Amino acid sequence: MARIVGGLATSHIPAIGGAIAKGLQKEPYWKPFFDGFDPAREWLARERPDAVVVFYNDHGLNFFLDKMPTFAVGAAPEYRNDDEGWGIPTLPPFKGIPELSWAVIDHLVAKDFDIVTCQEMLVDHAFTVPLKLFWPDDDAPPAVPVCINTVQFPLPSAKRCWAMGKAVGEAIAAWDEDMKVVTIGSGGLSHQLEGQRAGFINKPFDLEFLRSMVDDPEWATQFSILELVEKTGTQGVELLNWLAARAASPGRMRRVCQNYHIPISNTAAATLVLEAA
Amino acid sequence: MPEFHEIYGTTPFDGTVARRGYALNKMCFSFNSAQNRETFRKDEDAYMRAYGLNPQQAAAIRNRDVLGLLDAGGNVYYLAKFAGILGLDVQDLGAAQTGMTKEAFKARLVAQNDQPETL
Repeated sequence: MARIVGGLATSHIPAIGGAIAKGLQKEPYWKPFFDGFDPAREWLARERPDAVVVFYNDHGLNFFLDKMPTFAVGAAPEYRNDDEGWGIPTLPPFKGIPELSWAVIDHLVAKDFDIVTCQEMLVDHAFTVPLKLFWPDDDAPPAVPVCINTVQFPLPSAKRCWAMGKAVGEAIAAWDEDMKVVTIGSGGLSHQLEGQRAGFINKPFDLEFLRSMVDDPEWATQFSILELVEKTGTQGVELLNWLAARAASPGRMRRVCQNYHIPISNTAAATLVLEAA
Repeated sequence: MPEFHEIYGTTPFDGTVARRGYALNKMCFSFNSAQNRETFRKDEDAYMRAYGLNPQQAAAIRNRDVLGLLDAGGNVYYLAKFAGILGLDVQDLGAAQTGMTKEAFKARLVAQNDQPETL
Protein backbone atom coordinates (compact mmCIF):
# COMPACT_ATOMS: atom_id res chain seq x y z
CA MET A 1 0.00 0.00 0.00
CA ALA A 2 1.15 3.54 -0.69
CA ARG A 3 1.55 5.94 2.19
CA ILE A 4 1.75 9.70 2.61
CA VAL A 5 5.01 10.64 4.30
CA GLY A 6 4.66 14.40 4.19
CA GLY A 7 2.59 17.45 3.45
CA LEU A 8 4.45 20.34 1.83
CA ALA A 9 3.32 23.82 0.90
CA THR A 10 4.83 26.92 -0.60
CA SER A 11 3.99 30.20 -2.29
CA HIS A 12 4.34 30.13 -6.06
CA ILE A 13 4.83 33.77 -7.11
CA PRO A 14 5.79 33.85 -10.83
CA ALA A 15 8.81 36.08 -10.11
CA ILE A 16 10.33 33.15 -8.18
CA GLY A 17 10.59 31.31 -11.50
CA GLY A 18 12.44 34.29 -12.93
CA ALA A 19 14.76 34.46 -9.91
CA ILE A 20 15.62 30.75 -10.25
CA ALA A 21 16.32 31.16 -13.98
CA LYS A 22 18.63 34.11 -13.26
CA GLY A 23 20.33 32.43 -10.27
CA LEU A 24 19.34 35.16 -7.79
CA GLN A 25 18.75 32.81 -4.82
CA LYS A 26 21.50 34.37 -2.68
CA GLU A 27 20.67 38.00 -3.51
CA PRO A 28 19.49 39.95 -0.43
CA TYR A 29 15.95 40.32 -1.75
CA TRP A 30 15.53 36.59 -2.40
CA LYS A 31 17.75 34.94 0.22
CA PRO A 32 15.27 35.03 3.13
CA PHE A 33 12.77 33.16 0.96
CA PHE A 34 15.08 30.62 -0.70
CA ASP A 35 16.96 29.81 2.52
CA GLY A 36 13.70 28.44 3.89
CA PHE A 37 14.06 25.49 1.52
CA ASP A 38 17.35 24.11 2.85
CA PRO A 39 15.75 22.03 5.64
CA ALA A 40 12.95 21.01 3.29
CA ARG A 41 15.42 19.65 0.76
CA GLU A 42 17.37 17.82 3.47
CA TRP A 43 14.15 16.18 4.60
CA LEU A 44 13.22 15.23 1.01
CA ALA A 45 16.70 13.79 0.43
CA ARG A 46 16.15 11.53 3.45
CA GLU A 47 12.57 10.54 2.66
CA ARG A 48 12.93 10.19 -1.12
CA PRO A 49 9.21 10.16 -2.02
CA ASP A 50 8.23 8.20 -5.14
CA ALA A 51 5.33 10.41 -6.19
CA VAL A 52 3.87 13.84 -5.49
CA VAL A 53 0.32 15.16 -5.68
CA VAL A 54 0.25 18.91 -6.34
CA PHE A 55 -2.85 20.94 -5.43
CA TYR A 56 -2.65 24.20 -7.33
CA ASN A 57 -4.66 26.77 -9.26
CA ASP A 58 -4.28 27.49 -12.97
CA HIS A 59 -3.94 31.20 -13.82
CA GLY A 60 -5.00 31.08 -17.46
CA LEU A 61 -2.60 28.69 -19.12
CA ASN A 62 -4.58 25.45 -19.43
CA PHE A 63 -8.03 26.74 -18.52
CA PHE A 64 -9.85 29.84 -19.73
CA LEU A 65 -13.34 31.08 -18.83
CA ASP A 66 -14.83 29.10 -21.72
CA LYS A 67 -14.45 25.95 -19.62
CA MET A 68 -13.65 26.42 -15.97
CA PRO A 69 -13.67 23.26 -13.88
CA THR A 70 -14.02 23.56 -10.12
CA PHE A 71 -11.71 20.57 -9.62
CA ALA A 72 -9.61 19.03 -12.39
CA VAL A 73 -7.23 16.07 -12.08
CA GLY A 74 -4.39 15.44 -14.51
CA ALA A 75 -3.99 11.91 -15.88
CA ALA A 76 -1.15 12.39 -18.33
CA PRO A 77 2.25 10.71 -18.73
CA GLU A 78 3.82 14.16 -18.82
CA TYR A 79 2.79 17.75 -18.21
CA ARG A 80 4.06 20.53 -20.39
CA ASN A 81 4.65 24.08 -19.27
CA ASP A 82 4.19 26.88 -21.82
CA ASP A 83 4.40 30.62 -22.40
CA GLU A 84 2.24 32.39 -19.82
CA GLY A 85 2.59 35.72 -21.57
CA TRP A 86 4.54 37.64 -18.96
CA GLY A 87 8.07 36.56 -19.66
CA ILE A 88 8.93 33.81 -17.18
CA PRO A 89 10.93 31.04 -18.86
CA THR A 90 9.16 27.94 -20.15
CA LEU A 91 10.38 24.78 -18.41
CA PRO A 92 10.87 21.25 -19.76
CA PRO A 93 7.96 18.81 -19.19
CA PHE A 94 7.30 17.19 -15.82
CA LYS A 95 6.73 13.46 -15.46
CA GLY A 96 3.25 12.20 -14.66
CA ILE A 97 2.14 8.97 -13.03
CA PRO A 98 -1.16 8.04 -14.71
CA GLU A 99 -1.63 4.93 -12.52
CA LEU A 100 -1.84 7.08 -9.42
CA SER A 101 -3.90 9.71 -11.27
CA TRP A 102 -6.52 7.11 -12.08
CA ALA A 103 -6.52 5.71 -8.58
CA VAL A 104 -7.26 9.25 -7.39
CA ILE A 105 -9.88 9.86 -10.11
CA ASP A 106 -11.69 6.57 -9.46
CA HIS A 107 -11.85 7.22 -5.75
CA LEU A 108 -12.91 10.87 -6.05
CA VAL A 109 -15.81 10.02 -8.33
CA ALA A 110 -16.78 7.09 -6.08
CA LYS A 111 -16.90 9.65 -3.25
CA ASP A 112 -19.25 11.93 -5.24
CA PHE A 113 -16.69 14.50 -6.42
CA ASP A 114 -17.69 15.34 -10.00
CA ILE A 115 -14.23 16.19 -11.26
CA VAL A 116 -12.88 16.94 -14.71
CA THR A 117 -10.15 14.55 -15.88
CA CYS A 118 -7.38 15.71 -18.21
CA GLN A 119 -5.22 13.37 -20.29
CA GLU A 120 -3.49 16.45 -21.61
CA MET A 121 -2.90 19.41 -19.36
CA LEU A 122 -0.58 22.39 -19.52
CA VAL A 123 0.78 23.30 -16.09
CA ASP A 124 1.55 26.90 -15.14
CA HIS A 125 3.85 28.45 -12.54
CA ALA A 126 1.59 27.36 -9.69
CA PHE A 127 2.53 23.77 -10.48
CA THR A 128 6.11 24.25 -11.71
CA VAL A 129 7.47 26.73 -9.13
CA PRO A 130 6.87 24.51 -6.07
CA LEU A 131 8.49 21.53 -7.81
CA LYS A 132 11.50 23.67 -8.79
CA LEU A 133 11.76 24.97 -5.23
CA PHE A 134 11.59 21.62 -3.48
CA TRP A 135 13.64 19.79 -6.15
CA PRO A 136 16.05 22.39 -7.59
CA ASP A 137 18.08 19.68 -9.37
CA ASP A 138 15.07 18.77 -11.52
CA ASP A 139 14.72 15.35 -9.89
CA ALA A 140 11.14 15.77 -8.68
CA PRO A 141 9.23 12.48 -8.55
CA PRO A 142 6.35 11.94 -11.00
CA ALA A 143 3.34 14.08 -10.20
CA VAL A 144 -0.43 14.19 -10.17
CA PRO A 145 -1.74 17.74 -10.67
CA VAL A 146 -5.03 18.57 -8.96
CA CYS A 147 -6.31 21.97 -10.06
CA ILE A 148 -8.73 23.99 -7.92
CA ASN A 149 -10.61 26.95 -9.42
CA THR A 150 -9.62 30.15 -7.64
CA VAL A 151 -10.26 32.39 -10.67
CA GLN A 152 -14.00 32.59 -11.24
CA PHE A 153 -16.52 32.74 -8.40
CA PRO A 154 -18.24 30.76 -7.05
CA LEU A 155 -15.10 29.04 -5.77
CA PRO A 156 -15.39 25.72 -3.94
CA SER A 157 -15.65 26.30 -0.20
CA ALA A 158 -12.77 25.64 2.16
CA LYS A 159 -14.82 22.77 3.63
CA ARG A 160 -15.26 21.25 0.18
CA CYS A 161 -11.57 21.57 -0.65
CA TRP A 162 -10.74 19.91 2.65
CA ALA A 163 -13.14 17.03 1.86
CA MET A 164 -11.67 16.65 -1.63
CA GLY A 165 -8.11 16.57 -0.31
CA LYS A 166 -9.13 14.02 2.32
CA ALA A 167 -10.57 11.78 -0.41
CA VAL A 168 -7.33 12.11 -2.38
CA GLY A 169 -5.49 10.94 0.73
CA GLU A 170 -7.81 7.91 0.98
CA ALA A 171 -7.09 7.08 -2.67
CA ILE A 172 -3.33 7.20 -2.04
CA ALA A 173 -3.62 5.05 1.09
CA ALA A 174 -5.68 2.49 -0.82
CA TRP A 175 -3.37 2.45 -3.87
CA ASP A 176 -1.86 -0.99 -4.16
CA GLU A 177 1.75 0.08 -4.71
CA ASP A 178 4.57 0.19 -2.19
CA MET A 179 5.28 3.87 -2.66
CA LYS A 180 5.95 6.95 -0.57
CA VAL A 181 3.89 9.97 -1.55
CA VAL A 182 4.00 13.64 -0.58
CA THR A 183 1.34 16.24 -1.21
CA ILE A 184 2.02 19.88 -2.04
CA GLY A 185 -0.28 22.83 -1.50
CA SER A 186 0.69 25.67 -3.82
CA GLY A 187 0.11 29.41 -3.40
CA GLY A 188 -0.67 32.03 -0.77
CA LEU A 189 -0.37 33.23 1.76
CA SER A 190 -2.12 36.59 2.06
CA HIS A 191 -1.95 38.84 -0.98
CA GLN A 192 -4.17 40.83 -3.29
CA LEU A 193 -3.17 41.91 -6.77
CA GLU A 194 -6.18 43.86 -7.96
CA GLY A 195 -8.29 46.83 -7.01
CA GLN A 196 -7.69 49.70 -4.62
CA ARG A 197 -6.95 47.07 -1.97
CA ALA A 198 -3.91 45.79 -3.91
CA GLY A 199 -0.99 45.11 -1.59
CA PHE A 200 -3.19 43.82 1.24
CA ILE A 201 -1.33 41.48 3.62
CA ASN A 202 -2.60 39.95 6.88
CA LYS A 203 0.33 38.74 8.94
CA PRO A 204 -1.55 37.71 12.12
CA PHE A 205 -4.01 35.62 10.09
CA ASP A 206 -1.23 33.97 8.10
CA LEU A 207 0.70 33.05 11.23
CA GLU A 208 -2.44 31.63 12.85
CA PHE A 209 -3.12 29.64 9.67
CA LEU A 210 0.44 28.26 9.71
CA ARG A 211 -0.01 27.23 13.35
CA SER A 212 -3.34 25.59 12.56
CA MET A 213 -1.83 23.45 9.81
CA VAL A 214 0.09 21.43 12.39
CA ASP A 215 -2.54 20.40 14.92
CA ASP A 216 -5.86 22.05 14.07
CA PRO A 217 -5.83 21.86 10.27
CA GLU A 218 -9.57 22.27 9.79
CA TRP A 219 -9.47 25.67 11.52
CA ALA A 220 -9.67 27.67 8.27
CA THR A 221 -12.61 25.63 6.95
CA GLN A 222 -14.88 27.61 9.28
CA PHE A 223 -14.61 30.60 6.92
CA SER A 224 -16.67 31.26 3.80
CA ILE A 225 -14.88 32.17 0.59
CA LEU A 226 -15.80 35.86 0.98
CA GLU A 227 -14.53 35.80 4.56
CA LEU A 228 -11.27 34.32 3.27
CA VAL A 229 -11.05 37.04 0.60
CA GLU A 230 -11.53 39.63 3.31
CA LYS A 231 -8.94 38.04 5.62
CA THR A 232 -6.31 36.97 3.09
CA GLY A 233 -6.92 39.00 -0.08
CA THR A 234 -8.31 37.93 -3.43
CA GLN A 235 -5.25 35.77 -4.15
CA GLY A 236 -4.80 34.69 -0.52
CA VAL A 237 -7.68 32.28 -1.15
CA GLU A 238 -5.01 30.06 -2.66
CA LEU A 239 -4.76 28.66 0.85
CA LEU A 240 -7.50 26.34 -0.42
CA ASN A 241 -4.65 24.40 -2.06
CA TRP A 242 -2.86 24.16 1.29
CA LEU A 243 -6.02 22.88 2.97
CA ALA A 244 -6.55 20.18 0.33
CA ALA A 245 -2.90 19.09 0.55
CA ARG A 246 -3.08 18.95 4.35
CA ALA A 247 -6.40 17.08 4.32
CA ALA A 248 -4.77 14.17 2.49
CA SER A 249 -3.31 13.18 5.86
CA PRO A 250 -5.89 14.68 8.21
CA GLY A 251 -4.42 13.49 11.53
CA ARG A 252 -1.67 15.10 13.56
CA MET A 253 1.55 15.91 11.73
CA ARG A 254 4.97 17.08 12.89
CA ARG A 255 6.46 20.32 11.63
CA VAL A 256 9.81 19.79 9.89
CA CYS A 257 10.32 23.42 8.91
CA GLN A 258 8.48 26.65 8.29
CA ASN A 259 9.37 29.97 6.74
CA TYR A 260 7.37 33.20 6.48
CA HIS A 261 8.66 36.27 4.72
CA ILE A 262 7.07 39.60 3.76
CA PRO A 263 7.19 40.47 0.90
CA ILE A 264 8.09 38.58 -2.23
CA SER A 265 6.53 40.61 -4.99
CA ASN A 266 3.11 41.57 -3.50
CA THR A 267 2.85 38.45 -1.36
CA ALA A 268 3.42 37.24 2.17
CA ALA A 269 5.49 34.22 1.14
CA ALA A 270 5.45 31.03 3.18
CA THR A 271 6.89 27.55 3.09
CA LEU A 272 5.88 24.64 5.30
CA VAL A 273 6.93 21.00 5.54
CA LEU A 274 5.00 18.59 7.73
CA GLU A 275 5.78 14.93 8.19
CA ALA A 276 3.63 12.02 9.21
CA ALA A 277 3.53 11.93 13.03
CA MET B 1 -24.38 34.96 -3.21
CA PRO B 2 -26.63 34.90 -0.13
CA GLU B 3 -24.41 36.64 2.43
CA PHE B 4 -22.75 39.20 0.20
CA HIS B 5 -20.24 41.21 2.03
CA GLU B 6 -18.71 44.44 0.70
CA ILE B 7 -14.94 44.42 0.89
CA TYR B 8 -13.14 47.70 0.27
CA GLY B 9 -11.50 47.99 -3.14
CA THR B 10 -12.45 44.44 -4.06
CA THR B 11 -14.86 43.05 -6.65
CA PRO B 12 -15.18 39.27 -6.56
CA PHE B 13 -14.90 37.96 -10.12
CA ASP B 14 -18.32 36.32 -10.20
CA GLY B 15 -20.66 35.37 -13.04
CA THR B 16 -21.86 38.94 -13.59
CA VAL B 17 -18.34 40.30 -13.95
CA ALA B 18 -17.15 37.28 -15.92
CA ARG B 19 -19.94 37.79 -18.47
CA ARG B 20 -19.23 41.53 -18.73
CA GLY B 21 -15.52 40.95 -19.23
CA TYR B 22 -15.54 37.90 -21.46
CA ALA B 23 -14.28 39.53 -24.70
CA LEU B 24 -11.60 41.52 -22.87
CA ASN B 25 -10.39 38.48 -20.93
CA LYS B 26 -10.44 36.32 -24.04
CA MET B 27 -8.22 38.83 -25.82
CA CYS B 28 -5.80 38.94 -22.89
CA PHE B 29 -5.78 35.13 -22.68
CA SER B 30 -4.66 35.10 -26.34
CA PHE B 31 -1.49 36.94 -25.26
CA ASN B 32 -0.07 33.61 -24.07
CA SER B 33 1.09 33.35 -27.68
CA ALA B 34 4.12 35.41 -28.70
CA GLN B 35 2.74 35.71 -32.21
CA ASN B 36 -0.53 37.14 -30.89
CA ARG B 37 1.35 39.62 -28.73
CA GLU B 38 3.19 40.77 -31.81
CA THR B 39 -0.02 41.08 -33.84
CA PHE B 40 -1.56 43.16 -31.05
CA ARG B 41 1.49 45.44 -30.87
CA LYS B 42 1.32 46.14 -34.60
CA ASP B 43 -2.32 47.25 -34.61
CA GLU B 44 -4.02 47.36 -31.22
CA ASP B 45 -7.35 48.63 -32.55
CA ALA B 46 -7.67 45.95 -35.21
CA TYR B 47 -6.82 43.30 -32.63
CA MET B 48 -9.43 44.64 -30.19
CA ARG B 49 -12.05 44.69 -32.95
CA ALA B 50 -11.29 41.08 -33.82
CA TYR B 51 -12.03 40.11 -30.20
CA GLY B 52 -15.17 42.27 -30.05
CA LEU B 53 -14.18 44.52 -27.17
CA ASN B 54 -16.84 47.06 -26.24
CA PRO B 55 -15.97 50.80 -26.22
CA GLN B 56 -15.37 50.86 -22.46
CA GLN B 57 -12.96 47.93 -22.66
CA ALA B 58 -11.16 49.36 -25.71
CA ALA B 59 -10.77 52.75 -24.02
CA ALA B 60 -9.35 51.15 -20.88
CA ILE B 61 -6.84 49.20 -22.99
CA ARG B 62 -5.83 52.35 -24.90
CA ASN B 63 -5.44 54.32 -21.68
CA ARG B 64 -3.57 51.51 -19.85
CA ASP B 65 -6.15 52.14 -17.12
CA VAL B 66 -5.93 49.21 -14.69
CA LEU B 67 -8.95 50.13 -12.56
CA GLY B 68 -10.90 50.83 -15.75
CA LEU B 69 -9.98 47.38 -17.07
CA LEU B 70 -11.25 45.80 -13.84
CA ASP B 71 -14.42 47.87 -14.10
CA ALA B 72 -14.91 46.61 -17.64
CA GLY B 73 -14.88 43.03 -16.35
CA GLY B 74 -11.18 42.27 -16.65
CA ASN B 75 -9.73 39.54 -14.44
CA VAL B 76 -6.30 40.23 -13.02
CA TYR B 77 -4.85 36.88 -14.14
CA TYR B 78 -5.59 37.66 -17.79
CA LEU B 79 -4.87 41.38 -17.45
CA ALA B 80 -1.40 40.42 -16.18
CA LYS B 81 -0.68 39.04 -19.65
CA PHE B 82 -1.54 42.46 -21.13
CA ALA B 83 0.67 44.07 -18.48
CA GLY B 84 3.44 41.71 -19.61
CA ILE B 85 3.29 43.21 -23.11
CA LEU B 86 3.81 46.63 -21.56
CA GLY B 87 6.71 45.35 -19.46
CA LEU B 88 4.83 45.99 -16.23
CA ASP B 89 4.89 43.70 -13.18
CA VAL B 90 2.30 43.27 -10.42
CA GLN B 91 3.94 45.98 -8.33
CA ASP B 92 3.51 48.45 -11.19
CA LEU B 93 -0.14 47.39 -11.27
CA GLY B 94 -0.41 47.73 -7.50
CA ALA B 95 1.03 51.23 -7.61
CA ALA B 96 -1.28 52.25 -10.47
CA GLN B 97 -4.37 50.98 -8.64
CA THR B 98 -3.57 52.58 -5.32
CA GLY B 99 -2.38 55.90 -6.74
CA MET B 100 1.09 55.48 -5.28
CA THR B 101 4.54 55.51 -6.81
CA LYS B 102 6.02 52.05 -7.25
CA GLU B 103 8.65 52.85 -4.61
CA ALA B 104 5.96 53.89 -2.12
CA PHE B 105 3.92 50.77 -2.91
CA LYS B 106 6.94 48.55 -2.31
CA ALA B 107 7.77 50.37 0.92
CA ARG B 108 4.22 49.84 2.11
CA LEU B 109 4.56 46.11 1.45
CA VAL B 110 7.76 45.95 3.51
CA ALA B 111 6.02 47.89 6.29
CA GLN B 112 3.49 45.04 6.64
CA ASN B 113 6.18 43.29 8.68
CA ASP B 114 5.15 45.61 11.52
CA GLN B 115 1.75 43.98 11.84
CA PRO B 116 1.14 42.03 15.06
CA GLU B 117 2.00 38.34 15.17
CA THR B 118 -1.25 37.14 16.71
CA LEU B 119 -4.90 37.59 15.88
